[in-house]
Amino acid sequence: MPAKAQEKQKLIDKEGKRIDGRNPDELRPIKIEVGVLSNADGSAYIEQGKCKILAGVYGPRETHPKHLALPDRALLQCRYHMAPFSVEERKSPAPSRREIELSKVIREALEPAVFLEYYPRTSIDLFIEVLQADGGTRGAAITMASLALADAGIPMKDLVVACAAGKVEGKLVLDLSDAEDKLGEADLPVAYMPTIDAVTLLQMDGNLTLEEFEQTVNMALNGCKQIYKIQKEALKAKYVALKEVAEE
Amino acid sequence: MPVFFEKRDIVTPGDLLAEGDYFAGDNTYKEGDKLYATRLGIVDVAEKTVNVVALKAFYSPKAGDTVIGKVVELTIAGWLIDINAPQQAMLRASEIFERDYKPQRNDLPSVFDIGDLIIAKIIAYDRTRDPQLTIREPGLGKVTRGQVVEITPTKIPRVIGRKGSMISMIKEQTGCHIVLGQNGVILISGKTPENEHLAMMAIRKIEEESHTSGLTDRITEMLKKLKGSDENASKGTRETETN
Repeated sequence: MPAKAQEKQKLIDKEGKRIDGRNPDELRPIKIEVGVLSNADGSAYIEQGKCKILAGVYGPRETHPKHLALPDRALLQCRYHMAPFSVEERKSPAPSRREIELSKVIREALEPAVFLEYYPRTSIDLFIEVLQADGGTRGAAITMASLALADAGIPMKDLVVACAAGKVEGKLVLDLSDAEDKLGEADLPVAYMPTIDAVTLLQMDGNLTLEEFEQTVNMALNGCKQIYKIQKEALKAKYVALKEVAEE
Repeated sequence: MPVFFEKRDIVTPGDLLAEGDYFAGDNTYKEGDKLYATRLGIVDVAEKTVNVVALKAFYSPKAGDTVIGKVVELTIAGWLIDINAPQQAMLRASEIFERDYKPQRNDLPSVFDIGDLIIAKIIAYDRTRDPQLTIREPGLGKVTRGQVVEITPTKIPRVIGRKGSMISMIKEQTGCHIVLGQNGVILISGKTPENEHLAMMAIRKIEEESHTSGLTDRITEMLKKLKGSDENASKGTRETETN
């Protein structure tokens, strides 16, 4: 992109609002649904801003191929995949380097939360499908994947919730959109288990001073705590509604 | 020693349930002094033990459970049965042919073939071994007739009801014979498909509303109403036939 065009599109205006009208510490609107797929053992769907992601969980079930099975715990397998129509320019449906990396990163962010040792020799298969991408897909994917696992009835220490924070035009901002991610100075996704206060993923892309880093991490953790509430409500929603109808 | 919930609250994984002198029951875990939930479910505390009844869970085999499963594979040693558990269960050929079982002589498919449903009992299961089944008890063996309903295994106790109140009520109202597999598979066989259908509807409703109270009364009411309308409907058709 030519330098002039980049200057024209300011990411933060004079009043401190961002291009989509948000305050620096404001999340994008989030909508989560649980149990949307009937064929999968557990499933969830999230809309975070313009991101739309769907996940299905199978298992614990027999491991295929069998030699992958672990003798002392379950194997968590994760596939993060972007649909060819999820980005502006068609994305090849074959797994890219980035998708393979994200699959690993998401798996490792979820592993500490799942009681894998309860189900030796089995596998838990998690499929994440990005239908529309707009920055922060790994965070949204982790948030929703942990709900899909809970929906499948897999015992977990806590729900995992993820959120990104970063630096755009010198300002620290929460929950970056695609444009902010690409044109901004830094992006820092964090995955977190709120009740046991443990971070399961922390990545950084870009440059931050030590002071900024600390502030950004805290900002992301605050975002996580906000999403955690929405996440819990989404998981309970179906049953709470039924309970009210039946007991009226 | 506080408790952080009210009886019959819906909790999610990671919810802090209690602190201090409490024991971790079903679907909970303890870290240090604190007790958390591991599954989406309904909490209850009985004699210092905190339990969560899961709203959605898969079947974890337990020795002594009666299960209904499907034959998925034949091997030299016996049959592999899908019992909706994380692992497939094994029914050994020596269970049927006793000591003189010879793979050359005895024909496994003539006893149970792939796709057959069987009622069996789990005799052994632990972390190191896949579940082992037996059918050498009265009431066990191949399923020859009836219809099958699958529900979440954790809701089987709800279908049974307190001291069997729910299940005996359904049996009485519909006149069906009902076998409950602890793995969430329920076999219903009645005199007519209509009766079977009634029982199936009742069980589906129990599954959907298992976390609500006053369920037995509502199911009784529903069955009585449906039975009434069914009889009327069949009477109506008979009348039109005679006309």
